[in-house]
Amino acid sequence: MWAYTLRRLLYAVPILLGVSMLVFALIHLAPGDVVDLLVPPEVPKEIADSLRARLALDQPLYIQYLAWLARLLVGDLGISFFTSRPVSEELFGALGNTLMLALPAAVLGFALGVALGALAAFNRGTALDRLFSATAITGVSLPHYWVGIVLVAIFAVILNALPAQGMGAGGFPTDWEHIRHLILPVITLSLIPMGVISRLVRANVLEILSHEFVGTLHAKGLLNRRVLYHVMKNAAPSALALMGLQFGYLLGGSILVETVFNWPGSGGLMNLAIFRRDIPVLSATILVLATIFVIINILVDVLQALIDPRMRR
Amino acid sequence: MADAPAIPLADPAETLRRAQQGKGYWRRVWKRLRQDKVTLAMAAVLVFLLIMVIFAPWFTTHDPYDGSVLRRLKPVGYPGYWLGTDEVGRDLWSRMVYGGRLSLLAGVMPVFFALLIGGFLGVLAGYAGGLINSAIMRLTDVLYAFPSILLAIAITGILGSGLQNTILALSAAFIPPIIRISESVSAQACHLDFVEAARASGSGTLMIMRYHILNNVLGPILVYATSLISIGIILAAGLSFLGLGVTPPNAEWGLMLNNLRQALWVDPVIAALPGVMIFITSMCFNLLSDGLRQAMDVRL
Amino acid sequence: MTALDLTAMRVARASNPAPLLRVDRLTKHFPLRGGILNRAKPVVQAVDGVSFAVRAGETLGIVGESGCGKSTTARLLMHLVRLDSGKIVFDGDEVGVAHGLSRRDLHRQMQMVFQDSYASLNPRLPVALSIAFGPLVHGATKSGARVRAMDLLQAVGLDPMQFANRYPHELSGGQRQRINIARALALEPRLVILDEAVSALDKSIEAQVLNLLVDLKSQFDLTYVFISHDLNVVRFMSDRVMVMYLGKVVELGPVDRIYRDPRHPYTKALLSAMPSMDPRRRATEAPLSGDPPNPINPPSGCRFRTRCAFAESVCERVPPVLELGADGRSVACHMLVAGSGHSRAAVV
Repeated sequence: MWAYTLRRLLYAVPILLGVSMLVFALIHLAPGDVVDLLVPPEVPKEIADSLRARLALDQPLYIQYLAWLARLLVGDLGISFFTSRPVSEELFGALGNTLMLALPAAVLGFALGVALGALAAFNRGTALDRLFSATAITGVSLPHYWVGIVLVAIFAVILNALPAQGMGAGGFPTDWEHIRHLILPVITLSLIPMGVISRLVRANVLEILSHEFVGTLHAKGLLNRRVLYHVMKNAAPSALALMGLQFGYLLGGSILVETVFNWPGSGGLMNLAIFRRDIPVLSATILVLATIFVIINILVDVLQALIDPRMRR
Repeated sequence: MADAPAIPLADPAETLRRAQQGKGYWRRVWKRLRQDKVTLAMAAVLVFLLIMVIFAPWFTTHDPYDGSVLRRLKPVGYPGYWLGTDEVGRDLWSRMVYGGRLSLLAGVMPVFFALLIGGFLGVLAGYAGGLINSAIMRLTDVLYAFPSILLAIAITGILGSGLQNTILALSAAFIPPIIRISESVSAQACHLDFVEAARASGSGTLMIMRYHILNNVLGPILVYATSLISIGIILAAGLSFLGLGVTPPNAEWGLMLNNLRQALWVDPVIAALPGVMIFITSMCFNLLSDGLRQAMDVRL
Repeated sequence: MTALDLTAMRVARASNPAPLLRVDRLTKHFPLRGGILNRAKPVVQAVDGVSFAVRAGETLGIVGESGCGKSTTARLLMHLVRLDSGKIVFDGDEVGVAHGLSRRDLHRQMQMVFQDSYASLNPRLPVALSIAFGPLVHGATKSGARVRAMDLLQAVGLDPMQFANRYPHELSGGQRQRINIARALALEPRLVILDEAVSALDKSIEAQVLNLLVDLKSQFDLTYVFISHDLNVVRFMSDRVMVMYLGKVVELGPVDRIYRDPRHPYTKALLSAMPSMDPRRRATEAPLSGDPPNPINPPSGCRFRTRCAFAESVCERVPPVLELGADGRSVACHMLVAGSGHSRAAVV
C-alpha cells in the first residue's frame, strides 16, 4: 500500500515538471517580446534592468527555466505588474474565495447527484427514470455559464430577490446577507458535478442490482433498507473517485461561473489578468491550479487503492 | 477436389441472397440508425442548422455588422428585427445565424484535429505497447494535469485570442481524452485472437492496424468524438465569453453572450438569447452521439 | 491419390533423414508480476528444454494435459512469442539469426490454425478478405489475392460464390474452421500447426474437418504438427506422437507403438484414462493421483515424480533426459535408463 502511494507521489514529479515546462514554453512562445510580457513598460529603466537581471532574461533558455523553477519552488510566484504586489498574496486570498464557492457546490452537487442517480436506478424503466435520462442529457448540453446568466436574469433582474454579482462584504459567510450572495453561484457551479455524478451512480447501481448477490440478499429476507446499504457500499468507490476529480474541476475550472457573477476568486483573478495582459499573475495562477488538480488526482488514486485493492497496479 | 464433403445448405436461394447482401457491421449500424427516430431527427436539425449557417445571407435580411446607436437593445418582436437588436444596434437574428459559423467551426474543428492526431497516436500506443506506449501516455498525462478549460485558457490567454488559437487550444484539450480512449480500445483489440493470427501471417504493424485494428476500434472512438463536439461548442463559446476566443466585431454566440451582459438589466431576454443556440446545438450533438452509441452496440 | 500411394510416400519420406523442422532445447519462462520489494520474481516455466524433430510429410501429434506447454510450444514455433533460449531450424535454415530464415520468410513456410474458430477471424472483414490478407501482406495484388482466396474456399469445401462475402458470424463453427484452414494455406506453407483445431467442434463436424485435413495434406503435400488433448483424434491423425508434461517432453515415438505399449508412467496413466468400449481394457483404479503441480514451482528433478507410483530419491535429484531408444522411441524416465540409480533400471 505504501509502495503504491510512494510510486504515485514519485510519478507526480515528472508530471508537474512537464506542466511547468508547458507553461514556460507558452510564455516564451507568446507573440511579442518576452521582456514586454514580464516587465511592465512604464517602469523606470533601473528597476527594469534589475528585474531583467533577476529574471535572468538575458540568459539562455534553459537557465531561465531553471531560475524560474527555483523561484517557484520557494514560493516566489512573481510580481503582478498591474498592482505591483506579489502574486502569491492575491492568489491565496482568491483561492479562499473560490473554495467558498467550491465546497458548498461540491456538497450540493454530490448529494443531489447521488440521490437522483440512485432514485433513477431503483425505479428503472419507469417514467421517473425516463425523466431522469432526459434531464441528464439536458444537463450535459447546457453551458453552465449560460445557466448562471439565466438565473441572474430570473432571480436578480426580474424578481429582484438575490444579488446579481459580487461577494458582498467578503470573508466567511456568517449571516443571511452573506449567504444571499452565495446562492446563485453555488447552484450554477453545482450543476455539472450533479449531472456527472448522477449518471455514474445510476449506471453503477444498475450494474450492482443486476448482480446475483442482490437477489440472494432479497431471498434472505433482508429489508429493502439493508439492500440499499449493501448496494451503496459497492457503488461507493468509483463514485468517490469521480467526486474527487469533480472537486478538482470545480477548483480549477470555476473561471466561467466566477466571471458571470464577478466573484473575486481564482477564476476572477485570471479573468482580470487576461484583461490586463498581466502574464505573471495569469501563469502563476494556472500553475497553482494545475498543481492542485494533480494533487487531488493523487489523493483520489490513493484513496481508491485504499478502498479497492484491485486498483493497486 | 472431389472427395471433400459439401456443406448441406438450408435453402440455397435464401443463402445466396443473404451472401450477396454481404451484411457487414457498418451496414447493420446504418440500418439501426435509420430506424432510430430521435437520432434521425437530431441529424436533420443539425443539417438544417448547418445549411442555415452556411447560406446565412439567404436566411437573414440584415448585415450582422451594421449597428446604429438609435437601434440599441430593441426588444423581441421589434418591427424589422424579429429577435431584437444587440447593445450596438445590430440585428440579433443575423448575428446569431452568422455567429453560428464561427461557433460551429470553433467547436467541430478541434474534435476533428484531435481525432486525427490523438486517434492515430492512441491506436499506435495501444497496439505497439512498450516504450512507444509509455512515451505517448506520459505526454498525455502531462496534458491531463489541466482541467480542459484551464488548458484552453492557458493557451489562448498567453498566446493570444482569435479563432486560430481557440482551435489550437481546444484541440490540445481534446487530444488527451481521445488518445486515452483509442489506446484503451486498441490495446484490448490487439489481444484478440485474429490479430495474433494476422501477425502469424508475417504482417507488419501498419498493415495490421489498417486491416484489423482500425475497423474494430473506430466505433467507440467515433461515438466519443461526437460527444466531444457538444463539449467543444460549449467550451469554444465559453472562451469567447471570457474574451479569449473570437474577437469583436465578429459574431459568435459566446462573444454575444458576453457583450450582452451589460444589457441584462435592460432586457434580460435578449441577454440570454445567444445561449439558447449554444444549448440547442450542443444538445443535438449529444443526442446524436447517444444514438450512434446505441446503434453501434450491435451484438455480433 | 490412393491410400497405397500415400503410404508409399510416407515410407519414402521416413527413410529420408533430414527433418523439415528441428527444434532444439526450446525454453520459455513467463515472468509473473512480483512486487518491487520481492527479489525473486516468480516465473511460469511454460516450456523447458523441449527438443524434437518433424520429418517432411509426416504428422507429429502433441498430447498432454492443460498447462503442459503444448500451445506455448506452438506459439514459439510460429514466433508469436519470443523464445528465451533454444534453436528452431526449418529445412536446414536457422530461424532468427543473421544468415538464416527471417520471421517473415518463416511464416511463408509455416502456418497455424487456432482453436477458437470465431475469435481468430476479424468480425469486420468478409471471410475472403481474411483469407486474402496473408498474400496481400507478402505483396500479392488485390485481384491475385482474391483469386487465391476463391481457390482455397473451393479447396476446403465451401462454395466461393456463396461464402466469399460472408462474415464470420454468419457461419457455423465447422465452416469457420474451414476458413481458418484456408487462411493458413493461403501462403502455401509446407508445415501447418493445428493447435486444438477441432477441439471446439461437435463430433460429427469434427470428423468432417479431420477428413478434410487428411485430404488437404496429400493434395498440397503438407506436414502437420497436430496438437490436441483428445487421444483418439491424435491417434487417427498422427504418424508419431509426442507426450508433454509440465513443459517437458516425456515420450516420443511412432503413434501405434506408443499407444499399444506406453513406456513412461505418465503416458501409461494418460492412455489408461481413455474411455474404451473394450471390457478388457477398462481400468478399475484411478491412474493418476492429485492435480498437476503448479508450473510456477515445478518439482525438482523429474517433474512427474509427485504423481508417479515409482518415484525414488534419484527422481528427486536428477532430471531425466529424453533418451533415444534402439527402436526409434524416446522416453525421459530413470526407470528405462541403465545405470541411472533407479531400482527398476537395468544395472550397467
